[in-house]
This record gives sequence, C-alpha cells and structure tokens, in this order.
Amino acid sequence: MDQYSLPPKPKNAFMKRIRNIVIAIAVVALYIWTFTSIDIDWGRAIERSLNNFQRVIPKLFSPDWGALGEVSLSMLETVFIAFAGSLMAAIIAVPLAFLAANNMMGKYFSIIGKWILSAIRAFPDLILAILFVVAVGPNAFAGVLAIAIGSTGMLGKMFSEIIESIDMQVVEAMQANGANRIQILFYAVLPQIIPEFLSYAIYRFEVDIRASSILGIVGAGGIGTMIIFAANNRNWNEMGMILLAIIVVVTIIDFASAKIRQKIV
Amino acid sequence: MTKGKSVLSQASSETNKIPSLYPAKTKLQVTVIFFTVLIIYIFSMYWTQREMVGGVGGALGNMYTVIKKFFPPNFAILPNILDPLLQTIQMAIIATTIAAIITIPLALLSARNVTTFKPLYYFSRTFLNLLRTIPDLVLAVIFVGLFGIGVFPGILALIIFSLGILAKLISETIEAVDMNPMEAMRASGGNTLQVIWYALVPQVLPQYTSLVLYVFEINIRASVVLGLVGAGGIGLILNQQLGFYNYPNAMAIIIIIFVVVILIEYISNKIREALV
Repeated sequence: MDQYSLPPKPKNAFMKRIRNIVIAIAVVALYIWTFTSIDIDWGRAIERSLNNFQRVIPKLFSPDWGALGEVSLSMLETVFIAFAGSLMAAIIAVPLAFLAANNMMGKYFSIIGKWILSAIRAFPDLILAILFVVAVGPNAFAGVLAIAIGSTGMLGKMFSEIIESIDMQVVEAMQANGANRIQILFYAVLPQIIPEFLSYAIYRFEVDIRASSILGIVGAGGIGTMIIFAANNRNWNEMGMILLAIIVVVTIIDFASAKIRQKIV
Repeated sequence: MTKGKSVLSQASSETNKIPSLYPAKTKLQVTVIFFTVLIIYIFSMYWTQREMVGGVGGALGNMYTVIKKFFPPNFAILPNILDPLLQTIQMAIIATTIAAIITIPLALLSARNVTTFKPLYYFSRTFLNLLRTIPDLVLAVIFVGLFGIGVFPGILALIIFSLGILAKLISETIEAVDMNPMEAMRASGGNTLQVIWYALVPQVLPQYTSLVLYVFEINIRASVVLGLVGAGGIGLILNQQLGFYNYPNAMAIIIIIFVVVILIEYISNKIREALV
C-alpha cells in the first residue's frame, strides 16, 4: 500500500499562499481605485450617441467615392513614409543589435545597447512624430524620421535576439582556423542571421503601415492629415472612404508580407 | 609525363578560380530585388521631402535650434498633470480588463481545434483580421465624433483595438495546446464546457495572463496618445501645451510619459517572467 501514498507537500506552500493573497489584494485594490475614480459622463455620452448615431454610422458605410483620387494619393504617401522609415530603421538597427547582443561585443556593451533600445521603445511613435514635426516642419519627412526612430527600438531588440540565438560553434570553428573578425562576420554570422533579419524587417513594414497612417494627426503627413480634416468637418462619408482605403491597403500588405516571409525563412 | 603535368596544371587553374557559393540565378534575383528596393526608397525619400522648405540639410540644421526650445523641461507643472496621468492609466486598466473578458469567446471561436465548424472559424478569423487593420487612433477619432470628447470614447477605442490583438494571440495559444487531455475528457463523456474548463483552461491560463499583461503595456502606450484627438488622458494636456507653443511644459510631459511607460513595462515584464 505504501506506493499509493501522496507525495510530500511542497515546503513553501505557506509562503506561496501568502504571496497569492497579497497579489489578490493588490489587484482588487487597483480595480477599486480605478473604477471609483474614473469619471465617465454617462449621461452626456448616451445623449450624444443618440443624437449622432444616425449622422455618423450610416455615412461611414457609404463611402464618398468622389474623394477616391485624393485618398489614394495620401494613402500612397503613407506607404512611402512607412517604406522609407522601416528601411532606415532596419539599417540603423543592425549596429545597435550587434551592440546589444551578449555574444558579440561583450557584457558591458550589451547592457548599454539594451538600455538604448528599450529607451527608444518607450517613446510612442506619435510623440516622436510631434518632436520631429517641431524640428523639421509639418511634412511627410517628419513622419519618416518618427517611423525610423520608433521602429529602430523594436527591430534592434528582435535583431539582437536573433544574433544571440545563432550557432556559435561555427564562429568558434572559424576562430580556430585563424579567421579574422571580418571573415567571421561575413562567413559565420551573416549567413545565419540574414533571412530572419529580412523577415522581421518586412514584418515591421507591416506594422509601420498602420503606424504611419495616423501620423498625420500631428501633422507628419500621410492619410492621417485627411482623417483629422474629415473628423473636424464632420465629413463622415469621406471618413468612410479613408477607412476603406486603410483596410484594403493594410490587408494587401499584410498578405503580401506574409507570403514573402514564408518564402524567406 | 608531360601530359600528366598539363592535366595537373589545368586542374590547379580550375581550383584557383573559387566557385561561388550561390548559383547565378539567385545572384540575379538578389540584385534585382536590391535595386527595386533602392529605387522605391529613393523615390519615397524624394516624395516625402518634396514639400519641405530648404531640404533635409536646412531642416537638420534647424533641428538643433528648435530642439533647444524644449529644454530645460519645466517640471513645475507636475502637480497639474498628475490627474490626467492617472486617468490615462485607469483608461488602460479598464480597457484591458473588458477586452480580456470579451476576448475569451472570440479566441475560442477563432481557434481551429475548438471551433470545428469551419464557416464559423473563418468568419471570426476574418472579423479579427479586419478589426486589426484599423489603427487605434482612427477608432478614437470616430468614437470622439460619436460620443463627444472625454474618457469614454478613448476606453472604447482601446477595447476594440486590443480585442483584435488579444483574441488573435490567445487563439494561437489555444491552437498550440496539447490535445490529448481534451480527447480524453471527450472520450470519458465530458461536454464542451467541461472539456474547455478542465482540459483547456489549465493549459492556457499562464499564457493568457502573460498576453493580457502584454496588451496592457500596449494599451498604456496607446492611451498616452489618445488625448491628441480628444479621447481623454494626458495626451489632451500635451496637445494643449503644444498648441500654446509651450515647449518646456510639453517636454516635461513627454519625459514623464517616458518614465511611466518604462516603469509599467518593467513591472509587467517581471510579472510575466514569474508567470511563464
């Protein structure tokens, strides 16, 4: 009968229970604080929505085809912003990624690189766009710069993780054969990382299409400019057209990017 | 003898010419792709800069003088922005919670191994894909038009935006679970709800919590900028200060946003590491 007895209880069960209770209390307190102090003006929201519903929703679903030319032109600009921005980011991210990867430049450089990358990532794209609009003026190039810097943070992190995951035995074998650092880089490191780098850069382009479509809200070019004008003029037909353009373009690019990435990796 | 030597020298001259690692076709393809990308890039750079006065050189020279206006940041406004900052965090908490609840049926519907009825699966997949194409700020603009300026349209925009991401990530987690416990439950007569509760939930719960926290991080970052279109939170104050050309105040707000985002991401990362 001895073999059927229960396994011994884990020793830290008591501490674990206390920890769970503390977490539960913290979460409940957070929720109580949140729901008691948020001020939603329900009356006004409901009243407004009753007034506006008929004026907004049907119009969104009957897009203004007359604006098609203008909308496609600014959507094209959005795609250009995203393209130029992601390509710049993909190039800037490579040296930063080598800096941040802990198997390339040593521990201290790795820590510095990781800090730089997470500092860049903490800035929302739109905040960067605001800064660049002030710096280079309200045009599409501010959007390109914002996308370039904003994407560098995420791409650099992904790239450095790819570099960290490479097969170091190839590098060691080349070192043992007396290859210098440049040779190791070109024949041992790059062949292992290029497909995945490309895959992530293309994925980031997908994300940047979405990001650059709203940059115009702060004046950084692209279709966002039209969004903010349409909203201010209550031109919901045009907004419907813009939404349609965004949905179509984003879907096409997502699809194409998924196909290309399947082929690469 | 001489014949043998000539063969040898011929062979050595062939080995001297190192054959390329890649076939000519691949090289051609890569070259064509490279130049296409380069041409599109040059054209995009031209297109995006055509409205610029003075070109890149002028703008970059200008940048220094303009950036200087932002410094030193005026931290005296800190007490005034504390309320909207907390409001921003509350918006993210509420939106993430509601999205985390609504996402459960949606994720189950768009997981191939739970929803065996194909049309329903494809319908919910397509619905989620469409939902994810609309940027959060565009949703916020529409909801502000619908409900007026305030916190409510912001929360609504965040819910819908995070629903698309969360449901997709969670449905992928569900598709990756071990199916054997579910089959065993079914074989011993458990109904669909029992199978989900006893075989699926224990496998998915850690990832679910981790993904919810991840989306919370995304929501914090998104809610910071929602105010730019009038959907509540700290972005509203930032927009006002920029409108008044009060750059030191704007810089202080930006730095505070930066610190809060890093802090919340750090905490959330620690929790997620402990979970998975």
